[in-house]
Amino acid sequence: MTQLTHLDQLEAEAIYIIREVAAECEHPVMLYSIGKDSSVMLHLAMKAFYPEKPPFPFMHIDTTWKFKEMIDFRDRKAKELGIDMIVHSNMAGVEQGINPFEHGPAYTDVMKTQALKQALDQYGFTAAFGGGRRDEEKSRAKERIFSFRNANHAWDPKNQKPEMWKLYNTRINQGESMRVFPLSNWTEKDIWQYIRKENIDIVPLYFAKERPIVERGGNIIMVDDDRMKLEPHEKVVLKKVRFRTLGCYPLTGGVESKADTLDAIIEETLGAVSSERTSRVIDHEATGSMERRKREGYF
Amino acid sequence: MKSLLKFITCGSVDDGKSTLIGHMLYDAKLLFADQEKALELDSKVGSRGGEIDYSLLLDGLMAEREQGITIDVAYRYFTTDSRSFIVADTPGHEEYTRNMAVGASFADLAVILVDATKGVITQTKRHARICALMGIKHIVLAVNKMDLIDFDQKRFEEIKEDFEQMTKSFNLESVQVIPVSATEGDNITKISKKTFWYDGQPLLPYLENIEVNNNVDRDEFVMPVQRVSRPNHTFRGFQGQIEAGNISVGEEVISLPSKEKAKVKSLLVTDKEANSAVAGQPVTIQLDREVDVSRGCVLTTSENIHMTDMFTAQILWMDDTKLVPGRNYFVKLGTKTLPGTVMSIKHKIDINTGGELSADQLFKNDLVECDISLSENVVFDTYEKNKVLGGLILIDRVSNMTSACGVINHPLRRSTNVVWQETDITKQIRAQQKGQSPLTLWFTGLSGSGKSTLANAVEKRLVSLGNHTMLLDGDNVRHGLNRNLGFKEADRVENIRRVAEVSKLMNDAGLITLASFISPYESDRNNAREIIGKEFIEIYVSTPLEECEKRDVKGLYKKARNGKIPNFTGISSPYEEPKNPDIEIDTSRYSLEDATEFVVKEIMKYLS
Repeated sequence: MTQLTHLDQLEAEAIYIIREVAAECEHPVMLYSIGKDSSVMLHLAMKAFYPEKPPFPFMHIDTTWKFKEMIDFRDRKAKELGIDMIVHSNMAGVEQGINPFEHGPAYTDVMKTQALKQALDQYGFTAAFGGGRRDEEKSRAKERIFSFRNANHAWDPKNQKPEMWKLYNTRINQGESMRVFPLSNWTEKDIWQYIRKENIDIVPLYFAKERPIVERGGNIIMVDDDRMKLEPHEKVVLKKVRFRTLGCYPLTGGVESKADTLDAIIEETLGAVSSERTSRVIDHEATGSMERRKREGYF
Repeated sequence: MKSLLKFITCGSVDDGKSTLIGHMLYDAKLLFADQEKALELDSKVGSRGGEIDYSLLLDGLMAEREQGITIDVAYRYFTTDSRSFIVADTPGHEEYTRNMAVGASFADLAVILVDATKGVITQTKRHARICALMGIKHIVLAVNKMDLIDFDQKRFEEIKEDFEQMTKSFNLESVQVIPVSATEGDNITKISKKTFWYDGQPLLPYLENIEVNNNVDRDEFVMPVQRVSRPNHTFRGFQGQIEAGNISVGEEVISLPSKEKAKVKSLLVTDKEANSAVAGQPVTIQLDREVDVSRGCVLTTSENIHMTDMFTAQILWMDDTKLVPGRNYFVKLGTKTLPGTVMSIKHKIDINTGGELSADQLFKNDLVECDISLSENVVFDTYEKNKVLGGLILIDRVSNMTSACGVINHPLRRSTNVVWQETDITKQIRAQQKGQSPLTLWFTGLSGSGKSTLANAVEKRLVSLGNHTMLLDGDNVRHGLNRNLGFKEADRVENIRRVAEVSKLMNDAGLITLASFISPYESDRNNAREIIGKEFIEIYVSTPLEECEKRDVKGLYKKARNGKIPNFTGISSPYEEPKNPDIEIDTSRYSLEDATEFVVKEIMKYLS
């Protein structure tokens, strides 16, 4: 085994996990968030089954507030690869006008958590792949690769099933489901190095470019469409920025950067002084907020 | 390319595992600025009076922070100038031993902590034994809290001797004992002057330099098949990860268990055509001819890999529900999942001394050696030779809990010594001669529910219709075949297993068997279904408890209520209702004639 590099080992582990799900789970789906981790996961799924197409659909939970470039990228990728891409939005939330500016945590709950639960129930998926990594956040660091959810999609962190070697237990009862994280053991650095090695296509927002932004609450927010209302003192300026993570544009902080190539991004990541989640406005809540959301059914 | 070391920290609660890792990351400057800031902020409200509480870096769950304990494994990833590391910080409480085992199953090295003021205690030994069971060959004993004993060398040497006394029987490749202080930082990243008498390396440099060779003993090619890929009628590829050896196009492989041979026609390493592939790589293999291969089969070049349906294994019981020998579980081994039974517990392992204790039941956190019997032949290796084909888990068939993990020590030669004797007159011929299809009608229900009365009436009806039958009754069987069994759980399980085997024999003889047994546990009825196969028809006599107690034909309920019969089903012992019985009948709502008519009519559906 020593002949394989660290990245080769991570790739092999992820492919093993993805194939196990395809072989053992009744109705799997791969959640696709359009971000870099999802791009890596999609790439791994294509490799895992080649020359066959992945034997499961992909699904994007669209909050309707994603960057435009993300949506373009998603549709282009699905077409290019010939995969089945389900797009689901919580229409009840859209009709009520739930938005990230006015509704804060309720927005995340309605447009992400509830939307995800709706979609999983509607299609009857029994296993959903997610691109979560253990190095992202403390409660994720504790999660199993095959993570069990009860009929209400809730995670019980105090009572996780033991996960030994790579003997994954995929058995569930009616109504229950699994979340599966093939990238559990990858770090942010691994993701970038793998993207470079495999020449994986990612959303251009990851590369530094002049973009219209405002500074709000210490974050750099991109003005992606006219739904974003400016405060009187705010001014849209053009700045060379890039994004370390991608999500809903009003909740995603950019960083000023000149890194417009993969090598430059990797250089910046290696020397980074803050972890990537600082750029997610959503994670700036109290310690334990991620765990609380996950217990409620958030991915 | 830097090498990767996967290790765990373990030891008893409050020995300072999380603090040790936290301090190591902090000192080695391996934290992001925001993590460092959060740590300093969190510490202000913590129990160290404003001093940095390094454990907060790892204890990520709210309950853990509230209670100041570690419940589940936390994984951390870091890289120093010379090596990449994945560390699993595991919980110390005995209650959470199974989570510690999760960490141990993935590690190449274990850092076991002991509190210098307490020395080697039971929990230290338990963790050391689990590490050894999981095949960890390198152990570091970190004697922590040296600051609390004034860095006393004599005490350190005593603890070291205690520990080495135990580990010398473990077949380890290295044991290093290091005196440390996790809170103060002595011998974590830098050598401490306070332990001038210690001539080894501090912990982090030691971990950076130690060689852990994961030599697999087998160099022949082994690949358990994960899945068969058939995108179109011209392509049939077998997907899996190579667990040992290597393979090239043109080489001949054997498919097990069918033992058919074929040559490798093409090879894909992930999505790239290749001429050869090595251990660790995910591949898709096409063979040059049709052979019987499906998920759970093994492709190999080895002629001497084991194949059997019975072996001896060492297992760690991890379920809150106890193990009773004879009960049926799912066994997952490699990529194969199949029904299996823990036939007998040979002995329990004494955590303190390593000695053998006798046991007839297993409770959570027990380590035991036992015999496991499977429903069919499987390919496996001993754990010493191949971790993937030598490790297994047991899954509870009702709760789906991962109830146990274990490693295979050696095969039992039952299947090679006792071969199945094929006979000329088959089950089908015997049944044809009687003009019927054999069935086992399994009547389950509370005592007094009317099972036996109903079974008796149904049998009379079937015979009058020209069928050949045999009735096995719970009480009657206990006068003969099962005379040596009592009413303890283990005995009840064995009672049902024997009856199921006898029913199967009767079916083989072409007979319709009627079995009338309370059989209160779902797992036992599942077991019976497993043994008997498709002939098994579950008839749930669902007469309510109040009615049964009112009838009390044998006066047993009264005795049970007065505490004179322990473990009486429905009173002091549970009855698990069948979830999907083939036939259900409540005898309190029908006359015996109507009930019989109804059941016989239902049975006819299976007889035609």
